Amino acid sequence: MLMPRVMPCLLLKNGALVKTVKFKDPAYIGDPINAIRIYNEKEVDELIFLDITATLEKREPPYKILSEIASECFMPVTYGGGVRDVETIRKILSLGIEKVAINSYAVENPEFIRAAADKFGSSTIVVSIDVRKKMFGRYEVFIHDGRKSTGLDPLEFASTMETMGAGEILLTAIDRDGTQEGYDLDLIKKVAGAVGVPVVACGGAGKVDDFRMAVKEAGASACAAGSMVVYFGRNRAVLITFPEREKLEEILK
Amino acid sequence: MIVIIDYGMGNLGSILNMLKKVGVRDAKISSHPKDIEQADKLILPGVGAFDTGMHHLRETGLIPLLNEKVLKAKTPTLGVCLGMQLMAKVSEEGELPGLGWFDAETIRFRFDFKHTGLKIPHMGWNTVNIKQAGTLFKDMYPQARFYFVHSFHLVAHEATNVLTTTEYGYEFASAMQREHIMAAQFHPEKSHKFGMKLYKNFVEYA
Repeated sequence: MLMPRVMPCLLLKNGALVKTVKFKDPAYIGDPINAIRIYNEKEVDELIFLDITATLEKREPPYKILSEIASECFMPVTYGGGVRDVETIRKILSLGIEKVAINSYAVENPEFIRAAADKFGSSTIVVSIDVRKKMFGRYEVFIHDGRKSTGLDPLEFASTMETMGAGEILLTAIDRDGTQEGYDLDLIKKVAGAVGVPVVACGGAGKVDDFRMAVKEAGASACAAGSMVVYFGRNRAVLITFPEREKLEEILK
Repeated sequence: MIVIIDYGMGNLGSILNMLKKVGVRDAKISSHPKDIEQADKLILPGVGAFDTGMHHLRETGLIPLLNEKVLKAKTPTLGVCLGMQLMAKVSEEGELPGLGWFDAETIRFRFDFKHTGLKIPHMGWNTVNIKQAGTLFKDMYPQARFYFVHSFHLVAHEATNVLTTTEYGYEFASAMQREHIMAAQFHPEKSHKFGMKLYKNFVEYA
C-alpha cells in the first residue's frame, strides 16, 4: 500500500541548519550531516533542503554540502535555493540529489519550468510556492524568501506550473512557518483540488494529527515538517527527531 | 568492476553512493566501450521517457556491445526504473523498440483518477509482495518497502520472470529476473536498508 509521505523540510544558511518563524529570525540548529544521520536511522520517507539565502545573495547552490548530503542520504532528497538554469540542475542531480525545487525563478521565468521538465523529466522538477494570506482571506504568492510580492494567485500559479511540467508542488504557508499551529488547510484544499500533481503541505506542522488533517481533509499527497522535527517541548530545545513510523502508519493509512 | 551505464538519463550519483555504502570499491559511471567490455557487472539506470532513453542509448553506440555483454557473455545486469522499462520489447510510451531482454512490454498505468483517486505518477514508498526471492530478495527484511516514481510499468509475458508485485490500482510487476538479468521498477538506491540489501545481493551474485 502506498503511504502518504512525511518529510523533514530543513533550511540551510551559510552551510548550517537553521529554523525560521514566519520566514524570519533564523535560529541555529546544527550541522546538516549530523541531522541526516539521525533521519537515516529513523528511516524517514524523504528530505527537503532549502538554502534560504542563495537567491537573495545571488549565489550558486552549496555544492560541497549537497555532495556530502547526497552521499549520506539513502532516501530521496529535494534541494531548492538559487536554481535558475539547467546547468545548475544538471550539477545538482549529478551529485545524487533526485529532485530540484524552483521558487523565485519559476515566477520570473515560467518557461524555465518547461525547459527543465523537458530535459530532466517532470518527476525531477518541484515548484516551491510560498504563500501569504492577505486582507479578506485572499492568498498571494511571494518570492525571494517571502520578501517580494508577485500579485499572483496560488491556485492559478500552481495550475500554470503543472501545465509547464512541474511534477510536484511544495506549498508553504508563510504565516504558519515555525508556529506549529497546524497547516493552512484551506490553502492546501484549494491548491490540491486545482492540480493533478502531488501537493506537499508545508508550514505549521506541530503534531502527528496535523499530517492526518492535511492528507485526509485537505487532499495533500505528502507533508513536510520543520520545527516539529528539530525542536522538542515548549521551550524549543534543539532535538533532531521524527515521529515513530508505526504511529504515522496508523494515522495515515 | 561494476559499470553504471551513463547514457544521459537520470541520477547516477545516487547509485554510485549506494554501491560505495555496500562496500564496492571499483564501481564506475561510464559510457566508454572499453569500460563496458571490462565490466563484471552492469547497471542500467534511468529516469525519464522511453523513447528519449532508447534514443540516447542508441546515440552512445553501445547497444550492440551491451547485447553482446548481456546476452552472449551473460554479464549480470541490473535495470533500475527506466532501465527496467528499456529491457522490455516495446513500450506504449514510444515508437522505438526496447532492448528486448525480457519478454515483456511497458505500459502506462491503466486506471483513471476519477474512479480510483490515484494520481499518476505512482510516487512514494510502497511495499512488495515477494513471489520468489531470486537473487535480489534473498534474506530481505520483512515488510520491505521501496521508493517508486513512475507512470509506466512492465507487463511480463513470462510469469516466471516476476520476482515481486506491487499494488497501485492493481498488481504490477515491480521486480523481475531472467537468469543473470535483473530489474527493479523502484529506486533501491533511495530505499534505506531495504535497497542496501538488494544492491548487496546484486553485488554478491556470482
